[in-house]
This record gives sequence, structure tokens and C-alpha cells, in this order.
Amino acid sequence: MNILFYLILSSIIFSIGLLGIFINRKNIITILMSIELMLLAVNINFIGFSNHLNDLSGQIFALFILVVAAAEAAVGLAILTIFFKRSGSISVDEINKMRG
Amino acid sequence: MFSLSVFIPLICYFFCIFFNKRIAEIKIEIVISALMILASLISIYVFFSVSEFNPESQIIIGNWLSSGSFLIDWSLNFNSLSVLMVLVVNVVSTIVHIYSIGYMHNDPKKIIFLGYLGLFTFFMLILVTSSNLIQLFLGWEGVGLTSYLLIGFWNFKDVANKAALKAFVVNRIGDFGFLLGIFAIFFIFGTVNFNEIFILVESQEDTFFKFLGFNFHALTLISVLLFIGCMGKSAQFGLHTWLPDAMEGPTPVSALIHAATMVTAGVFLLVLMSPIIEQSEFAQKLIMIIGALTSLFAASVAITQDDIKRIIAYSTCSQLGYMFVAIGCSAYGVAMFHLVTHAFFKALLFLGAGSVIHAMSDEQNIKKMGALYNKIPVTYMLMLIGTFSLVGLPFFSAYYSKDLILEILYLDDFDISIYVYIIGIIVVFFTSFYSFRLLIYVFHGESKSDERVAAHIHESPGIMIYPLLILSFFSIFSGLLFKNYFFGFESLSFWGNTIYNIFESDISYAVNELPLSIKKLPFMMIILGFLASLAVCRYLTKLNLYLKHKLGFLYTFLKNKWYVDEFYDFFVIKPTKFIGYGFWKSIDKELIDNIGPNGVSKLIKKFGIFVSSLQTGYLYHYALTIIIGLTIFISIYFYN
Repeated sequence: MNILFYLILSSIIFSIGLLGIFINRKNIITILMSIELMLLAVNINFIGFSNHLNDLSGQIFALFILVVAAAEAAVGLAILTIFFKRSGSISVDEINKMRG
Repeated sequence: MFSLSVFIPLICYFFCIFFNKRIAEIKIEIVISALMILASLISIYVFFSVSEFNPESQIIIGNWLSSGSFLIDWSLNFNSLSVLMVLVVNVVSTIVHIYSIGYMHNDPKKIIFLGYLGLFTFFMLILVTSSNLIQLFLGWEGVGLTSYLLIGFWNFKDVANKAALKAFVVNRIGDFGFLLGIFAIFFIFGTVNFNEIFILVESQEDTFFKFLGFNFHALTLISVLLFIGCMGKSAQFGLHTWLPDAMEGPTPVSALIHAATMVTAGVFLLVLMSPIIEQSEFAQKLIMIIGALTSLFAASVAITQDDIKRIIAYSTCSQLGYMFVAIGCSAYGVAMFHLVTHAFFKALLFLGAGSVIHAMSDEQNIKKMGALYNKIPVTYMLMLIGTFSLVGLPFFSAYYSKDLILEILYLDDFDISIYVYIIGIIVVFFTSFYSFRLLIYVFHGESKSDERVAAHIHESPGIMIYPLLILSFFSIFSGLLFKNYFFGFESLSFWGNTIYNIFESDISYAVNELPLSIKKLPFMMIILGFLASLAVCRYLTKLNLYLKHKLGFLYTFLKNKWYVDEFYDFFVIKPTKFIGYGFWKSIDKELIDNIGPNGVSKLIKKFGIFVSSLQTGYLYHYALTIIIGLTIFISIYFYN
């Protein structure tokens, strides 16, 4: 099978993730989900190339990334719940505390 | 030994500054007085030993500057001119120190005052003993600084601060001329050491100095520039305005700085540079004219003044004029002679005036005094001696020095000398007039002081009177004692090569053989002045009013000091202020500030506002920025 399809698929998924971050004005959970999507796109790339080049290390990397993504999702959700407790909102528009 | 007499005043200064308020005032005063008396005794001893052996030598203390061929040492010149000045400065300074202990008795800053006096004395000694122009300039500026500090010593008085500032600023004009003179000397001679300059003078007789396409005779230019410096320091006409105002300082300061020592620094400098002055007839004539003008101006103004100290200050100005006239007709020794006698009798007059002011509870207006002669008899006697010396009654000190100046002037062969001589004779009349006018108003007539002051009149304490007795001794006898050192055969061996001595023996013979009418002319003028002042101020008061009425214009002209201050105010100060104000508004504030400091700070502020507006705090903005940046950098990477 041609590598090109894998790459097109991963690009689409990556772009969806990216746009999810920018366009999303509702809540932070969407941002976390978008990041998961982008990581997934990367995974697809890894696996595609691993198959194409007959190299297993790509698939091992994909496993690592899944683990890291799971951990990251856990940490992100934990921050989110604490944040919600403090401010009573998870709307992206209202979070601009980073401004000096 | 010699260097000790120079450095003791500096030790006094440090002693006063470090021990002020740490040990009892009386102890400091005793130590200071003892040290100063020691310095005077040493300088008297050194003077007499030098006048016998006449060793010319330099005492090198250390190296100051060395840059290529430009070498300056800290050194003391040890010759007859410098030991003479050291003698005068130290003796007068010691007397003023002791007098100040009494005069400043109730002043809380008395010890600091004594310290400043010591510092002044030290700088003055550095000035007179220097062996190069740079060290002399250090002393020159140092006495200017201490003069500023002492004039403004009573700094709670606004006038005193202004007078101190005026003295400093006016002197700056003169100092600029002096500095240019030093530059010119270094340019022409390549050295600033006196000994080397005097050796080279002959070889530079025909050198010309090119500037902006003009050719100046180098030695004339140097002489004139140095003379401008002396005009500032010695209060010659044009730059004299600071001297009368400087009388706002305490009276001992006026006696030490503005009568005896600092103001004579200009005369000293010209005498020191006599080999150069002697090469330039133009400079000599200029010095003579300015000197004569000053003496006429100051003496005529003194006639109409009412402040006792200002009268004496104008008198100082006029006597300095005489000294410059003497320099103008090459009588350097005689100029020094008048400097020495003047230092003594003018210090006596000032300190006597201080004693009067002390008795009158700080009243300085002579019109408000009167009939003091039997209330403060000792002060009266001292003032009388001072006045007799000043006007030059026979056998008092100025009789020898001032008459000698006039006689040499009479014999001088410049075409202007005879006019200067006539001015000199008129000034003798004026001097006598204002001196006796002062005495009559202060000590005779009816008492015009109010009762509160009158009840308080008392003779000054001994600590203020005894020093004056020593001064009065010098005022009477210094003419007689020192005559031979300055004029005639013996003077040649005394001065050696230190000053340019034009006097061949025939001049001193010629002076001795002048007709009796010329010899007695000054004396006649003194008597005339005395009678005139007696008539106008004492017995014929109606005549006084009549004269004031008839000569109203002349009277106001003199009363307002020839309108010199007003002239400067109108032609120098107002335009300067106007220009300065304009520059301040337009150039400084609008142009430089707006572009420079304010402009840059505004630019940075605007840039900061722009950058901070990029920091929205929204997460997705940062993410977008990251992606855009990443895209740009990756594209750059690929397309390269």
C-alpha cells in the first residue's frame, strides 16, 4: 500500500487538531482533545513509515507516544478539574491570566 | 626651615577641621595662634638670612606632572622676592588669626573660620613661592576658592552669598586671561618654569604669534593676557566690581584677603614676570593707564561712600592702581615696596574699622557714628596711625613708597607719564580727603547713633587690640626699615636676578635731586585734602549741601560708583540672561530634550506598549504564534 495515503490521513487529522486549538472558543477540554488528535496523527506517521521502511522501531515509538499521551491526558484533566474548582469556569475566552 | 613656614598654615587648617568640636575651642585657638606665630618667626628669620646671603635655590618637594618634555615639580622658590612675600603674608595672617579669635568670639563656626584662614594662607604661600606657572595657578585658584568661602562665610545673609558668587564669577574672567597667558607662554617658550622662561626671553624678542591671520607680538600678547588675569585678582578698573561687594564677609577676611594679600597677587605676578613685561612697551603703557584709571576711579568713588568698610575697600583699589602704575614705569622694586607697606597699613585700617564696627554693635554707616574719639581712644589712635600711613604723611610708611612711585613717574620718559603723574597727584588729594572724611564722621562731630547702641559702646578686648599694636608699628616704620631693600644701591644686591631691575644708580640720584617743589607736592595735596574735608564735613556743613546741590550730577555719578555695575548689568548680564533664557527654552528644552532624553524614552515607551499588546494571555493566540513561527522557520530551512 502506498505511504501517501497514510501521510494524507495524518495531515488531515493533524490539521483538524490544529484548527481545533485555534478556532475553539468554548472550553479547555476541546484543546486537550485536539492535542490528542495531533499526537494521533504523529502516531499514524510513525506506523506508516515503519511499515514502508520495514523497521519495527517506528511501531515501538508509537507505543511510547500512546503512553505519554495517556499520562498527559491524565495530568491535563487533573489541572482542569482544579482550575474549575478555583474559577468556576473552563471557558477559554475567560482565561487570560497569563497576561502580565 | 623655609618649607616649614609654608606648610604650617596647612597644618593649622587640618588641625581646625579635624579637632573642631572634639576638643575645647580655647585649646584649638592656643595651638593655632602658637603655630602661626612660629611660622611668622621662621619667615622673619628666613627673610633676614636671605637678605644677607641671597641664595637662589629651589626646594623640590616632589614630581607633579611629567608628560614628554612638559615637567612640573612641586617646588618652592627660595629667593628674595618669595621670602619677602612669605614674610608679609605670614605676619599679617598671624595678626588676623589672633584678631579673629576676639572678633568672631560669639560665632558658632569660629573654628571653621580659623581653618579657612589657615587654608587661605597656605594657598597664598603656594602662590608666592611657586617656581612654575602651573603651581602658581593652583595657588591663584586656591586663594580664589577660599576667598569665596570666606566672603560667603555668613551664609545666612543673602547679600553675602551673592557677593561671594560675584567675586568668584568676576575672577573667572580674569583667570581665563591668565590661563590663556600660561598657554601662550608654553606655546612660545615650551616651558612653564620661571627660570627657564627668563633665560629664553631675550631670544623671543621678535617672535610673532599668528592667530586668525593677525600677527601679534608674542611677548606683548603674553603680557596683556597676564595683566588681564591680574586685573581680575587685583580689582583693576573693569574687573573691580567684586571688591566692594566682598566687604560683606567678616572684617578680618577683608583685612587679610581683600587688603593685604590676595588682591596684591596680581602685582606680585607682574613683578615676577617683569623680564617679559619689560620687553613690551605697549603692555607697560596699558598697565600704567589702567592703574591710573583705577586709582582715580576708586579714590573719587570713596569720597561719596558711607559704608566704613567700602570706603577702605575703594581705597585698597586705588592703592593697587598705584602699584600697577609703578609696574608700568618699570619700578618693580618700588611696586613691591608699596605692596609691603600697603599690606601693613591697610590691614591695620581694616582691623581698626572692625574694632569700630564691634564697638558700634555691627553698625557700618559712618553717618550714624560720631564722637567716638574719647569712647574708644585706643582704636582712635590706631585708625589715626593707619590713616596717616595711607595718606603718606612724612615718615609714615606710605610717605616713602607712594612718593617714590610719584617721583619715578615724574622722571619716566613715556609720553603718557606726565598725565599719569597729574592723576597720581590728584589721587593723593582724594585719598587725603576721603580718609579724613572717614575719621571726622566716625570719631568727631556729634554722636548720631541711637541710644541703645550708644550705651553699648566699648573698647575692644585686648586680644583684638594687641595685634593691632604690632601692625601699627609696621605701619609707621616699615617704610623706613625696608626702604633700602627696595630702592637704591643696596636693593640691587638684595634682589639679585629675581626681578628685572632697570634702576641704574643715576635714577636714584635723579630722584634725590628733584626740585623741592616736586618733592613737597604730595604733602601739599595731603594738607589741602585735610583742610577740604575739615571744611566740608565738619565746620561748613552748609558748603557740603551747597556742593551737593551744585554738583548734583557729579555727586550722583560718584555715589553710584561711575555706574559701572549698572553698565555691566545692562550690557553684559541682561543680554546674557536674555540669550541664556532663549537657549534654555528653544534649544535645550525643545530641541535637545525632545529629541534626546525625552524622545528616546518616549520611543521606548511606545515600543513597550506595542509589544505588551501582543501578550493577550489567550492560549490560542500563543499557539497560533508558535505555529506561524514554526512554519516560517521550517520554510526558511527548506528553501535554503
